[in-house]
Amino acid sequence: MLLSIKNLHASINGKEILKGIDLDVNQGEVHAIMGPNGTGKSTLASVIAGREVFDVTSGEVIYKGRNLLKLAVEERAREGIFLGFQYPVEIPGVSITNFMRTAVNEVRKFKGLDPLGGGAFLKLMEEKKKLVELTSNLANRSVNEGFSGGEKKKNEIFQMAMLEPTLAILDETDSGLDIDALRVVANGVNKLRTKDNAFMVITHYQRLLDYIIPDFVHVLFEGKIVKSGSKELALELEEKGYDWIRKEQRDNGIAG
Amino acid sequence: MRYRMQDTGYGMRDTGCRMTAQVKMHESRSAGMSILVWNGIGIRFFPTFVSDPRIEKICVTKQVLEYLNDLSLQGQLVIMESDPDNIINEVTQSDYKYGFVTEIETEYAPIGLSEDTVRYISLKKNEPEFMLEYRLKAFRHWLTMKVPEWAHLDIPPIDFQDIYFYAAPKKKKQYESLDQVDPELLATFDKLGISLEEQKKLAGVAVDAVIDSVSVKTTFSETLSKYGIIFCSMSEAIQNHPDLVKQYLGSVVPYTDNYYASLNSAVFSDGSFCYIPKGVRCPVELSTYFRINAANTGQFERTLIVADEGAYVSYMEGCTAPQRDENQLHAAVVEIVAMKDASVKYSTVQNWYPGDKSGKGGIYNFVTKRGICKGSNSKISWTQVETGSAITWKYPSCILLGDNSVGEFYSVAVTNNHQQADTGTKMLHLGKNTKSTIISKGISAGKSNNSYRGLVRISRNAANSRNYSQCDSLLLGSACGAHTWPYIQVENKSSIVEHEATTSKISEDQLFYCQQRGMDAESAIGLIVNGYAKEVLKQLPMEFAVEAQKLLSISLEGSVG
Amino acid sequence: MQDVIKQNITKELFPGLFREHRAAITAGDYPSLTVQRDNAIRRFEELGFPTIKLEAWKNTDLKESFGKEYNFVLKPEQGVDVQKVFRCNIPHLDTAIMGQLNGWYVSKDVPLMELGNGIIMGSLAEAMKKYPALIEAHLGKYADFNTDSFTALNTAFFMDGVFIYVPENVKSPKPVQIINVIHHDQNLFLQSRNLVVLGKNSRLSLVHCDDSYNHQPSFSNVVTEICLGEYSSLDHYKLQNLNNASTLISSVYFQMEASAQLESHYISLNGGLLRNNIRLRFNGPHGDAKIYGIYLMDSKQHIDNQVFVDHAFPDCISGELFKGILDEHSSGVFNGHVLVERNAVRTNAYQSNRNILLTETAKVNSKPFLEIYNDDVKCSHGSTTGQLDQDAMYYLRQRGIGEDSARMLLMYAYADEVISRIAIDPLRYRIEDMVKKRLQGELQICEACVLHCNTPEQPVEFVIDMTKI
Ligand SMILES: Nc1ncnc2c1ncn2[C@@H]1O[C@H](COP(=O)(O)OP(=O)(O)OP(=O)(O)O)[C@@H](O)[C@H]1O
Ligand SMILES: [Mg+2]
Repeated sequence: MLLSIKNLHASINGKEILKGIDLDVNQGEVHAIMGPNGTGKSTLASVIAGREVFDVTSGEVIYKGRNLLKLAVEERAREGIFLGFQYPVEIPGVSITNFMRTAVNEVRKFKGLDPLGGGAFLKLMEEKKKLVELTSNLANRSVNEGFSGGEKKKNEIFQMAMLEPTLAILDETDSGLDIDALRVVANGVNKLRTKDNAFMVITHYQRLLDYIIPDFVHVLFEGKIVKSGSKELALELEEKGYDWIRKEQRDNGIAG
Repeated sequence: MRYRMQDTGYGMRDTGCRMTAQVKMHESRSAGMSILVWNGIGIRFFPTFVSDPRIEKICVTKQVLEYLNDLSLQGQLVIMESDPDNIINEVTQSDYKYGFVTEIETEYAPIGLSEDTVRYISLKKNEPEFMLEYRLKAFRHWLTMKVPEWAHLDIPPIDFQDIYFYAAPKKKKQYESLDQVDPELLATFDKLGISLEEQKKLAGVAVDAVIDSVSVKTTFSETLSKYGIIFCSMSEAIQNHPDLVKQYLGSVVPYTDNYYASLNSAVFSDGSFCYIPKGVRCPVELSTYFRINAANTGQFERTLIVADEGAYVSYMEGCTAPQRDENQLHAAVVEIVAMKDASVKYSTVQNWYPGDKSGKGGIYNFVTKRGICKGSNSKISWTQVETGSAITWKYPSCILLGDNSVGEFYSVAVTNNHQQADTGTKMLHLGKNTKSTIISKGISAGKSNNSYRGLVRISRNAANSRNYSQCDSLLLGSACGAHTWPYIQVENKSSIVEHEATTSKISEDQLFYCQQRGMDAESAIGLIVNGYAKEVLKQLPMEFAVEAQKLLSISLEGSVG
Repeated sequence: MQDVIKQNITKELFPGLFREHRAAITAGDYPSLTVQRDNAIRRFEELGFPTIKLEAWKNTDLKESFGKEYNFVLKPEQGVDVQKVFRCNIPHLDTAIMGQLNGWYVSKDVPLMELGNGIIMGSLAEAMKKYPALIEAHLGKYADFNTDSFTALNTAFFMDGVFIYVPENVKSPKPVQIINVIHHDQNLFLQSRNLVVLGKNSRLSLVHCDDSYNHQPSFSNVVTEICLGEYSSLDHYKLQNLNNASTLISSVYFQMEASAQLESHYISLNGGLLRNNIRLRFNGPHGDAKIYGIYLMDSKQHIDNQVFVDHAFPDCISGELFKGILDEHSSGVFNGHVLVERNAVRTNAYQSNRNILLTETAKVNSKPFLEIYNDDVKCSHGSTTGQLDQDAMYYLRQRGIGEDSARMLLMYAYADEVISRIAIDPLRYRIEDMVKKRLQGELQICEACVLHCNTPEQPVEFVIDMTKI
């Protein structure tokens, strides 16, 4: 198993957001995570990536057989965890080229590989840019600075392609994308899909899942995964919204 | 991809220095490209010959050009296959890289300071009478002055009687070729990443290297003299061009100007002199490397640059200094005169020894730099990257006298450990329609203190003048200080002065983003800081830009907890 | 005892004057105050008067102010006709009025009022007698005479001023207005002292006006100490409308205890030489202070605003916005200094100074200074000096608005950024009106204080509610 989350509780400033998450992800799988706004999807992604503002109060996360929670953010990244941010931050003055070169070589160093030289690196960039149909001048601009919402998301996918993660978590990478961009992003993901890696795709919309066919769909609700199913669950959600889940929860609550 | 350089008529071939030359696109408006050369120690650029048509002949295959074009990598450093040029990797070495002492026989003036010292210096340098008089006047004036205390600096008292005011490598003979130069000296340059030898072969930069006060070798003066450009040591200028020296020396920074300028005027040892005649664009970037080398030697460089009507010159000054225990005083004076339509760009990368982690040792860098835009439409631009020195006290300034003249100041100042910097600029608007821009980026880490101090004065007659200043401070760690002291004086209703400043720390979000991509905190900070300083770094000639980037990262090492 | 001493101002004058009149000056003191005064005059002797050689006084030269002859009055005038002096006619502005004439508290019959809710207001001299412990706990605790020679001098000499005390949990039901009038047929040198103490969780609106009624030169050295207790809240307005021969050195020291809130407005409309020393210290976390200033100067008027904010504790917010319009030969100085101390994490501070110069002869010196000793801060400052937006001018004129009106409109809009923050509506209307008049050159100091009359030409009706005094 690639990732195994058991009874994960996490809070911020004493406020509990994740209230017992259980989730197993195997290599080669795509998991879609859905759920209403503010239920903790991004929080879950952040906790897996190792964002320190969240306190893990109980539970465990095992990644590649190791306790993930003990690792620092960059160690997790080097171990192959990639987070495509819902709101990618702007870093003025740092070109994507320079940024990625640093990142790629740090990861390579960690893997005991020699750093990529300038030429090889540029070649790799070229290749990956094609993959995500990124225009070349974007790569020359500062990281996310002045990017449109869609450009930011494409840039996240481009970085994912560069870093070739084992577990990629894409937090609403589809929002803000026009239909062409959506296809590009989805194609990028599909091309990167192998039997050795896995994806967690956080989304509100079925339309992404038309392109990226998930093996599982989970519904995160008030800090818990309350429902899991196959890709049909997403269709059902698209159709009916979350109210029936809310209702079911209420009923369960009363029943329980 | 490994591109071979073809012969360009400038000797762009293998120089025996394991050259892996690569290519850099320059902004399209200048003449093409620069060549990046890795000589095993440091990256050196041989920057664009701005106006030399032969530059296009520096051959990069068409494919390469297209390839680069395709990537739209204009204005960006391209680091090709040559692996040693991985800037970021180098960042991990943490000791002061240039801290070593070259053993060269040195001749000292008697220790301490008196009229006799001044006379000794003048005599040693075989100066004409007017220079001795000038020095003595300055010295006598200096005696009446007090150490300035207004800066936000904690300066230990300096015992001027315990300093050698003059140290010159003992002359064996005049150097005609580099073979005659002390091999150790050459080795020093090698360690610094510049070898005169290489420079001589690889056309491009005429270097006037100052090691301890005396100019050892001036290269390319013949090439330059073709254009009528005078580029030589100050001592030579005093001997060979006394009229020019007499006319301009002290005309921008009078010997009465301030404590350290007076001191410099009395005892300056050597420096560079540069005169660009009417209408000449200097085809090469002029550069001088300064080094403090003999123990306990105050360094008092004196630089004078005169750009006559319509002339242009870009001048670079770089400093690295060997590691020392005692504090060393460095009080240089730089004067620039820009006549009508002339333009002077002065760039500095300053990396004197900053002292060790506990604040022991390090250079005191008390410099007076000032330029005057004398004629209309003239321009002076200062760019500085200050990473070194224990104490920096420095305000490169512009007197905008000519109508429509332009002054610029771009600065990055990094302080770490116990370093202190009080730096900034003065923009004095006297002429009409004068413009000035100030971009200052301060970065403080460790227990250091970093102050920006800048004066913008728009005088009554400077109608329609403009100033824009932006002074940002970045703080790394909770034990450092960042201070911003702008002085804004406006006496004119048609002028506009804008000043903005912010102080903040690196954003957690940015750090997290970088770390999520696999970078550790240190390289993430290096990256973010370089981005933060980009606006200034891009003003530097390419040769310095790379070095400056490295310096920024290196000087912040150990600043992350 | 002699009431009046005629002299021009020198450093040497004061120690002798103090010794000679020590008995009279210290007559109302509690014991520790006399000790303080002795120390203060000694300190003053050491410091002397500031000169332009000092960084903080570089742009404000007092030579001319010092050169005049002044009378030193050591006793309140007898038989002041209160009704003749204080008039209030701001429509709908219902305030509790405290009058001060030439530095002395003026009352009809009660020098110190004690209201039912525990609020005490009135003469400081009187309060020193009646509540020495309360006064002693605060007076001189915030205004440090060791660093400022005018404060030292004031500490040595002051004999009266205004005292306001708002006890814990009390919210003052209506704004309190201090009307400080300088009116004398001789040149005056005066030094009054005010103390305002807000208890825990209390609230006060304070309108503080400095006016002169004639064109006689005067020199005031006023020190005001304001202590804001925990969770207290103060809305403070300082209105300055003095004649062109007057010099006012006003030093206000704010002490902000934890979670205290302050909004302070400096509205300077006239004055020969105005110097506002504003020093604020956060003495506990979570304080919030906003200081706004607007100054409209012309002829040879000079204004110098010095604002020092000391973030000594974490989590405090401070903001400064000072805007000026300088006409004719006037000059303006802004000197802001925000100090963020080592432990003051999560500080949020901004400083902004904007100036418009209307003539070639007006000038501005602006120095917003940030001094920061820890990295967890958000600080910024800005300073701009320029002219009215020419594009906007063009736009307005294109729409048929005359140049003068257009200029007036833009200037008014410019000033409005500060004025619009005045929270007391009638006061804001009044000040809007005054600013308009001021910009049109109609506002003048006149026999009757401008604050209290609608048009200077018309006979001023004065209605004063004597129960308020
Ligand atoms: N830094 C923070 N401080 C305080 N509360 C936070 C913080 N970050 C998240 N929260 C809270 O945690 C809850 C879950 O937020 P999260 O971002 O994980 O939701 P989400 O499921 O991703 O929502 P969306 O679909 O809108 O992206 C929300 O109530 C949010 O307000
Ligand atoms: Mg989310």
